[in-house]
Amino acid sequence: MEIKWYIGLSLALFCTGIVGVLTRRNSIIIFMCIELMLNAVNLLLVAFSKMHAATALGQANPNVVSDAQLFVFFIMVVAAAEVSVGLAIIVMLYRNTHSVDVNFLNRLKN
Amino acid sequence: MSITELLFWGLSVLALFSAIMVVTSKSPVHSILFLIVVFFAISGHYILMNAQFLAIVNIIVYAGAIMVLFLFVVMLMNLNAESEPKKNRLIQFAGLISGGCLFLVFISAITKSASANNLLQMGGGNFGLIKNLGMSLFKDYLIPFEISSVLFLSAMIGAVVIGKKES
Repeated sequence: MEIKWYIGLSLALFCTGIVGVLTRRNSIIIFMCIELMLNAVNLLLVAFSKMHAATALGQANPNVVSDAQLFVFFIMVVAAAEVSVGLAIIVMLYRNTHSVDVNFLNRLKN
Repeated sequence: MSITELLFWGLSVLALFSAIMVVTSKSPVHSILFLIVVFFAISGHYILMNAQFLAIVNIIVYAGAIMVLFLFVVMLMNLNAESEPKKNRLIQFAGLISGGCLFLVFISAITKSASANNLLQMGGGNFGLIKNLGMSLFKDYLIPFEISSVLFLSAMIGAVVIGKKES
């Protein structure tokens, strides 16, 4: 496969996530669209690591390939921590306003 | 068309269709189930690229842990299609236009690129196996790995403090 198809797929997933964040007002759906964007970036990182595996084969330092995949691993670690805190905030929001509409959050005061 | 290309296009169509359904479906539970389908399709892409460790971690962490957390929260709040806030057509149209413009700008940028036709190493290569990744993780990335445990601890404490009922 050429790298351009993977770039196109990742871009399509990322832009779908962006459209979801911009158009939906349910805060849980917005949060899920952010997860979708994170996954698109992960897919692109793995695809680039395999592209470098094809071009940099037989070079002195073969570790450049596993670096990108470890970055993806750390992105997943941070995403897991982020989801737990974010969902706690959404539960708190629902408890205070009895809704998950983000338009109720248009002011920080009160 | 080889079997790898066939699998690539099938998984891509599945991922894109499910991603669009995540954004457009009315009920949050349906959105979550479609997002799980997206994660499985992306795991399939990882297996096609022989990144087996990431494929398994993606299924376990995302589809297994994070999406179950989302499902629990949605069921706890008893959200359904009727409680969906009513939408503004103009805002939706503007969001669609701006997302599409971003997509077109990116696409036109990569088609000019000289390395857009670089080939990927599909299937072969043992860099994505857990042995090599583990060696690299515990030799070169030991400090970030340990720091991530502190991050998890602080996230756990933060979630408990935020979610606690105020007395």
